[in-house]
Amino acid sequence: MSFLSSLRPGGRHGLSTRETRDAIGLAVAAVSRVAQSDLIDRVGLRRQAEQAVYSATRNGFRVVTAAGRTFARTGARRPGARPARAASRGVFDLTPTEDERMLLEVVRELADEVLRPAASAADEACAAPQEVLAAAQELGLPGLGVPEELGGIMEERSAMAGTLVAEALAHGDMGLAVAAMAPGAVATAIGLWGTEAQQQTYLPAFTGSDVPAAALAIAEPSVLFDPFEPATTALRDGDGFVLDGVKSAVVRGAEAELFVVAARLDGAPALFLVESGTPGLEVEGDPSMGLRAAGLSRLHLTGVRLEPDALLGDAEGTAYAQCVRLSRLAWCALAVGTGQAVLDHVKDYVNERQAFGEPISHRQSVAFMVADIAIELQAMRLVTWKAASRAARGEDFAREVALARQLCADKGMRIGLDGVQLLGGHGFVKEHPVERWYRDLRAVGLMEGAVLV
Amino acid sequence: MINLEIPKKHAGLVDQAHQLAMNMLRPISRTYDRAEHAYPKELDMLAALIDGVSETGATGGAGAGGVRRDTAPIDGDRVRNGAHLASVLSVAEMCWGDTALLLSMPRQGLGNSAIASVANEEQLERYRGTWAAMAITEPGTGSDSANITTTAVRDGDDYVINGEKIYVTSGDRADSVVVWATLDRELGRAAIKPFLVRKDNPGLRVERLEHKLGIRASDTAAITLTDCRVPAEDLLGSPEIDPSSGFAGAMATFDNTRPLVAAMAVGCARASLDLTRDLLEQAGVVIDYDRPGQAQSAAAATYLRLEADWEGARLLMMQAAWMADNRRPNSLEASMAKAKAGRVGSDVTLSCVQLCGTLGYSEAELLEKWARDSKILDIFEGTQQIQQLIVARRVLGLTSAELK
Repeated sequence: MSFLSSLRPGGRHGLSTRETRDAIGLAVAAVSRVAQSDLIDRVGLRRQAEQAVYSATRNGFRVVTAAGRTFARTGARRPGARPARAASRGVFDLTPTEDERMLLEVVRELADEVLRPAASAADEACAAPQEVLAAAQELGLPGLGVPEELGGIMEERSAMAGTLVAEALAHGDMGLAVAAMAPGAVATAIGLWGTEAQQQTYLPAFTGSDVPAAALAIAEPSVLFDPFEPATTALRDGDGFVLDGVKSAVVRGAEAELFVVAARLDGAPALFLVESGTPGLEVEGDPSMGLRAAGLSRLHLTGVRLEPDALLGDAEGTAYAQCVRLSRLAWCALAVGTGQAVLDHVKDYVNERQAFGEPISHRQSVAFMVADIAIELQAMRLVTWKAASRAARGEDFAREVALARQLCADKGMRIGLDGVQLLGGHGFVKEHPVERWYRDLRAVGLMEGAVLV
Repeated sequence: MINLEIPKKHAGLVDQAHQLAMNMLRPISRTYDRAEHAYPKELDMLAALIDGVSETGATGGAGAGGVRRDTAPIDGDRVRNGAHLASVLSVAEMCWGDTALLLSMPRQGLGNSAIASVANEEQLERYRGTWAAMAITEPGTGSDSANITTTAVRDGDDYVINGEKIYVTSGDRADSVVVWATLDRELGRAAIKPFLVRKDNPGLRVERLEHKLGIRASDTAAITLTDCRVPAEDLLGSPEIDPSSGFAGAMATFDNTRPLVAAMAVGCARASLDLTRDLLEQAGVVIDYDRPGQAQSAAAATYLRLEADWEGARLLMMQAAWMADNRRPNSLEASMAKAKAGRVGSDVTLSCVQLCGTLGYSEAELLEKWARDSKILDIFEGTQQIQQLIVARRVLGLTSAELK
C-alpha cells in the first residue's frame, strides 16, 4: 500500500492531482523507482550521496541561519529620524536633479564595468561575488535610503534617486542588482519606520564599512499569494511575539544577519526585525528560474520568539502598505533597467546579423518588434518615474505604483520574450545574455519584498 | 527635478476644458453621432467662448489647431511647461467629452496646425482667424504621402493646382484647406508643398461627404481641385525645393499633430475607463490598487491592465509635448506617443464594451460610440504601422531606403 501510495501521481514532479496511472504507467513508475533507489548505490554504481549542506544551487537542505554579529541595543523607543520630503515647484519635468545625475554617473559605471562582466558566472554560481557587493557598498548604496543625520548620503527622501539607481544597476544585471540592493532595502525600511532605538541599534552597521547581508522577506511560496494576507503568523506572547511560517525570495538568506519579516499580527500584516541566529530560524536554498545571482532562499520560522521592540512600524498595516508599494516600485525600476539592456543588445544584433543578403533589421517584422520594445520600455519608465516622484514628495502613490507594476510586469516579460526571439537560436543559448534577461524579467510581476527604494 | 504631474500652471485650464467637455459636448454627443453630416450649431457658441478665453491667454488652444514652435533662444536652462503641454492636456479633456466634436471645433482644424508649423510670420498674420482643413491623402496615396499626384504649376503670380483629395477632416465646414501638392513629381518629397486654398475658390469643389464608422459628427470630405488658381503668396513656407530638407514641412507638421492625436486617443479612452469603473463599482467590483490583480476578480484585473496601458500612453503624450515646449527635437517621442496611444485607445474602448456586456454594446450608453470613435485615431496623421516604421528607423539608425 505504501509503495502504491508513493506512486500516486498528484502534486509531485509537476503532475496535477487530476492525473491517474494505468497499468503500464505503474510498471514504468516502479522501474523508475528502482533506478532511483539506494540499492544501486550500495553496490557501488553511483557516487556517494551528497552531504546535507546548504547549497544555493540546490533546494531541499535546511541549515540554521548565519551566526550574525551582535547588534548592541541602544536608543529610546520613540519615533526615529525621518528623511525630509522632496519639494516640487509644480513643473512637469523629466530631468534628474544635479545630485541624482552625479550619483547615476558612478552607478552606471559600476553596472557596466563590474556587474555586467560578473553576471554570467554569478548566475551559474547562484551567488554574488564579494567584489561586486563590496563595490556597491563602497558607493554607499546600502545607505541611500538612510536619513543624512543617521549617516546616509541623501538629504531628501530617496525614492526617486533609488529608482534611478535600481534602473541603472539592472542595466548591468538584475540578479546582482538585487543582491547589492537587499541590505539597502532593510536599512531604508528601518530609516522610514524604525523607532529611535531600532535606528540606533541597526543603522550604523549599514552606513559603516562592513555592511551586513540583510533581507526584506515578504513573499511566501503559495499560489495567488497576496502580501496583504501573509500566512506567516505573529502571535503575542507576553510583551513579545512568536513567529511561524515560511518566507520565499529571501536574498542571500544563508549569509543574512538581519531579516525584516512580514507576518500577520492581530489580523493585519506587520513587519518584524529578526536577527539571524535566533532559535527557530532555518534557511533553505531556493534557486529559481532567474535572479540566481541574488542567492534566493526560503526562510523557515518555527516558534521564533521576538522581543517587544522587534515590531517595525505600526501594527495597523500603514507602514506595511508603504513597504509593499516601495518594494514594487524597486522591481519596476529593475524591469526598466533590464528592458533597456535588452533593447541595447538586440539593436546591435539585428543590425549586424545578415539573412537573405541584408541585415535582418531591414525587415519590418524584425524592426517593428524593436520599435515596440522601445515604445513600451519608455512607457514603463515614465509610469515608474511618476510613482517614484510622488513617493519622494510624500504624496499618495498607491495607484501609480500599481499601474507601474502592471505595465512593467506585462511589457517587461514581453521584452524578455522578444529579446530571445529576435536572436533566434542564438538567444536560446548562453552565448548571449538575452536568455538570462528573459528569466530575470519574468520575476517582476510576482516578486514582493527583497528590494525597496 | 523629475515630476510627471499636470503642471501647476495648467491645472486651471484642464479643469476648464473638463467642464466644457462635460457640459457642452457630452449633452450633444449622441445627437450628432446619429445625425451624421448635420452641423453641430452649438459649437459656434463654444468656439466663441474659447476665443474669449484665449484672448486672456488662459488656454493653449483647445482644438486640433496646435501651436507654433517658438524658435527664439530659450532663457537659461530653466525647464518650460508651455503651450504644447497645455494643448495636449486640453485636447485630451475635450475628447473625453467627444472626439468628433473636438475635431469639428471652428478655427481649430488640423490645417491650422500645419499653418502654425510651417507658415512664415506674414502668412501667420494674414491667416489669423481662418478655419483650415488638411488635405494630404489621395485615392491612390495614403501612408506613402511622398507619392502625392496632385500637382501645382507656377503660372505668373499664381500656382495652378490639379488633383483629388480624400479624407479631408472638416473639409466641408472649414473656410480654407491646406492642400499638399507637388511642384515637380520628378523631384520626390522635397517638391511637395502645402498651399492654403480658400473654400470660395471656384477651382475647389467638395464632391461628397463620407459615411463613417466613428467620429460621425466630424465631416470628412472628398474634394477635387480643377485648374485651381491660388496666389503664389499662399504657398506655405518656402517655395524652394531643397532636397536636403526632404519632406520637412509635412514632418514638422506631424511632430506637432501626432502628440495631439495621441491626446485624442488618451481622452477618448479615459471616457471609457471612467464610465466602466463606475458601472463596475455599481455591480460590486471595486478596483484595489494594492492587492495583486490575480487575487481580485477577472474584471478588476482587466481594468488594471487597461488603466496601466492608458497611463503609459498618457505620459508618452506628455513627454512629446514637453520636449516641444523645451525646443528639443521630438519626432521619435511624437511617434512613440501616437503609436502607443493609438493602440491603447482601441484596446481600452473595445475592452470596456466587453466588460459592460450588452449595456456597453448598446446605444443606451456611449461606450459603443467611443469604441467606434477611437479607431480612426490609430489611422489618421500616420497609422500605427507608419509610427512603428518611424520609431524603428530612429532607434535602429536606418534610412527609409534600408528599412522600407
